[in-house]
Amino acid sequence: MEFFRIKKSIPFMRHALVFNAISFITFLLAVFFLWYTPLHLSIEFTGGASMEVKYDKPANIEQIHEVLAKAGIVGAEPIKFGSAQDVLIRLPVKQMENAESQNAAMQKLSDAVMAALKTADPSATNTKTEFVGGQVGKELATDGALALLFVCLGIVAYLAIRFEWRFAVATIIANLHDVVIILGFFAFFQWEFSLPVLAAVLAVLGYSVNESVVVFDRARENFRKMRKASIEEIFDAAITGTISRTIITHGTTQMMVLAMFILGGPTLHNFALALTIGICFGIYSSVLVACPLAKYLGVSREDFVKTDKKKESEPEVISAAP
Amino acid sequence: MNKYPAWKYAVIVIALVIAFFYTLPNFFGKSPAVQVSGLRANKADTALIARVQDALKEASLSATSVELEGETIKLKLADANMQLKVRDALQAKLGEGYVVALNQLSNSPEWLHKLGAQPMSLGLDLRGGVHYLMKVDMKFAVDKAVDRYVGDVRVLLRDKKIYHNGISRNDDKVIVRFKEKAELDKAIKEIGSQAPELQLRDTQDAGDFVLTAVMRPETLKKLQDNALEQNITALRKRVNELGVSEPIVQQQGQGRILVQIAGCLDPAQCKEVIGRTASLELRLVAEDQAVGQGRDAFERYRNEAAPFGTEKMIASNGEVVLVKKQIVVTGDKVTDAQPGFDSQNGQPTVSVRLDAAGGRAMLQTTRENLKKRMAMIMIEKGKPEVLTWPVINGEFGPQFQITGMANPNESKNLALLLRAGALAAPMEIIEERTIGPSLGAENIEKGMNSLLFGFALITIFMIAYYMLFGVISVFALGANLLFLVAILSMLQATMTLPGIAAIALTLGMAIDANVLINERIREELRNGMSPQMAIQAGYDRALDTIIDSNITTLIAGLALLIWGSGPVRGFAVVHCLGIVTSIFSAVMVSRGIVNLIYGGKKKVNKLLIGNVNWHKSDVSTAKAAKAAKA
Repeated sequence: MEFFRIKKSIPFMRHALVFNAISFITFLLAVFFLWYTPLHLSIEFTGGASMEVKYDKPANIEQIHEVLAKAGIVGAEPIKFGSAQDVLIRLPVKQMENAESQNAAMQKLSDAVMAALKTADPSATNTKTEFVGGQVGKELATDGALALLFVCLGIVAYLAIRFEWRFAVATIIANLHDVVIILGFFAFFQWEFSLPVLAAVLAVLGYSVNESVVVFDRARENFRKMRKASIEEIFDAAITGTISRTIITHGTTQMMVLAMFILGGPTLHNFALALTIGICFGIYSSVLVACPLAKYLGVSREDFVKTDKKKESEPEVISAAP
Repeated sequence: MNKYPAWKYAVIVIALVIAFFYTLPNFFGKSPAVQVSGLRANKADTALIARVQDALKEASLSATSVELEGETIKLKLADANMQLKVRDALQAKLGEGYVVALNQLSNSPEWLHKLGAQPMSLGLDLRGGVHYLMKVDMKFAVDKAVDRYVGDVRVLLRDKKIYHNGISRNDDKVIVRFKEKAELDKAIKEIGSQAPELQLRDTQDAGDFVLTAVMRPETLKKLQDNALEQNITALRKRVNELGVSEPIVQQQGQGRILVQIAGCLDPAQCKEVIGRTASLELRLVAEDQAVGQGRDAFERYRNEAAPFGTEKMIASNGEVVLVKKQIVVTGDKVTDAQPGFDSQNGQPTVSVRLDAAGGRAMLQTTRENLKKRMAMIMIEKGKPEVLTWPVINGEFGPQFQITGMANPNESKNLALLLRAGALAAPMEIIEERTIGPSLGAENIEKGMNSLLFGFALITIFMIAYYMLFGVISVFALGANLLFLVAILSMLQATMTLPGIAAIALTLGMAIDANVLINERIREELRNGMSPQMAIQAGYDRALDTIIDSNITTLIAGLALLIWGSGPVRGFAVVHCLGIVTSIFSAVMVSRGIVNLIYGGKKKVNKLLIGNVNWHKSDVSTAKAAKAAKA
């Protein structure tokens, strides 16, 4: 079996402007939605309390809303969570002077919610309760930002050593734009942004940088092989030569992610969702955005040859084109 | 060509065999168990096994196995229901001198156990349990200390007849005003010798001489460290009482304590026990009821009601003590308790310090009750326990020593308990997570299902697309999974749902390396290389790319490891380890198999790597086209 029987280099670079325009518009849209409907952060980041309730048949959110209102519980907001039977109820937290009383109040509130739900439907069971203080949430948000910063700097540093700073910058811009787009999706659909989602975003960032590495690696090889070709032709050949591998590896990773998305249950649902968006946009941006960016930044043959002295001296297996 | 030296095969085979044995215990799972251990003088031994077995027989319960391991007896049981029944039965039968705790034991056979191969432990989200992050209110501890210094300074100045113009407190400063410079100097001298931990500064303000005292930074730090340690001790004591094995109580970050109890069956009870506060009381022993001066002076009251005006209590070592109802000093007057050694005979001691009011009460009591005994009682949840009941050997005030401990360890424990009882800084739960056991089982199932399903999808695709090389790739991927699980088991890592997700994701990403290799081999074949050359070139050229891509992924993994917390850290650990194992399995293991199949053969006409023929006729034209363009 063979999916890709590409005989000639596809002139990707000729359409660079179109790709850049698409990227730019998606990016702006993502930023707009992030501003317009901010991320629906999980209580891990905001601080607060929540409980998960499981029913033995699909749960009716509106009915739960009514039941809670009737029981006089103010501010509890039930939302669907994962499967149809699972409901996540966010509870309001009042900042109390005294720790004891806050915990007692929380306990009382969750007990009241369960009592109300049980009278309405005896099959309701409380599977999980969670309470996070505001301070912890703030720290998690800071730590997340720090982790993102570290990943960016680490990758830029590595690529700058491995290739050249222009590639490093092009790659990181292309991939950060993925991160913004993932966040944009989460903001637009108001999916819950939790700690596992953050982990997925960072993991996919490290992963899709690979694609740029593979393409640039091939470009470097092509600079040696195709001595007279223009930058565009070299990138076109590099992208064409690696596209089959790029799509297949992302496809296989996506198979795993898809399995988690379908079978993983509520906790892994959004995690897999973030990965899926990341993988799809990762292919696109790390190849079709990073290469034009590198070109605009002004990479030249010399940049490759300079960083590639060691390899230059090795005998080449394939002779250069005339 | 394409032959591995024998040692490379040996490395691969040995690694696979070791990984297999260390992965194996995870398949046997764990059984509910109960473990019994002795307190203090009571030892778990063969005699106790007999008692345990008798107790089981009596209650008509049964255990699958009863074993003595070190100083604990471990009973493996059929199910969780039986586990609870057995615990209750044993608790009732053995009494207070033994700790009966719920546990889980590996079902793997003895020989695996002897190899040190143990299954991974399951995290809260897979087993159910409670997780608390508590914050110790350091400000409270500091406030209390400052209040105490205000009192101490006031008493000191009065005792030394130093006249002042009022003592006040401003934030964490103690401020004393004087009319005369001479009085100020006297005060500086006295306070300096009595409380060297205070930093003194004198200023002038509106005609008054003002003395400002603050705690030295090292004193402040020690105070905070003590408050934290006190709270951890108190929490540990309470959590142990729940009778669950392997609870986690540890410091996490500045002034925070993490409490995790996996397999907690009743979250409400756990919370109640953790949230409870202890108090300490010092009372005189009811000497008029005592028979002699021995430790068994009150033994005859063990099964009798306490006489009027006294209270019967059990000491932590099982002795019966009658104490007077009247309280001499309460725990909030204890400012410090530190283990140490007697300067004369080198015996372990505990030095206790009381505040000024406590010191006065103590002085009066000790003066009137020389050579009598005083009990130090810890009250938790309304249940008193006598920590120690030493003889009053002298007349003393706010500072005294307790002696008679058998070893330094005991004096350290007593000091900790005294401090823990002395109302430490209050704690606040700042993060709480309760996961029901059914949700845990469901999470395992979902995690495993997605892993298996994803693996199956990849297997089908790889074999259909790359044929024999697909089979080899899948084998390498399986080896990767084996290595990963084996390393996690060796490290005794705690498996969580994000951990399972990380395994799945890492496998999904790891196949990347084999795709790279296979694509490269195909390409080289297409370019007209001989099969053997193509294998060589494919592996060699793909290696650079594989290492590149793994390094960038590793950077992301490390960031998660450093800044991630809780579930994310579990994800990161597995992710990082998986990247490392994937390089070994994708490159070494798969190459090993390829070499085994094709290596050394003189003539290989075709590689079973799927169709690569379509390109052959076009090669020359495509190259020519490219060249023409250039």
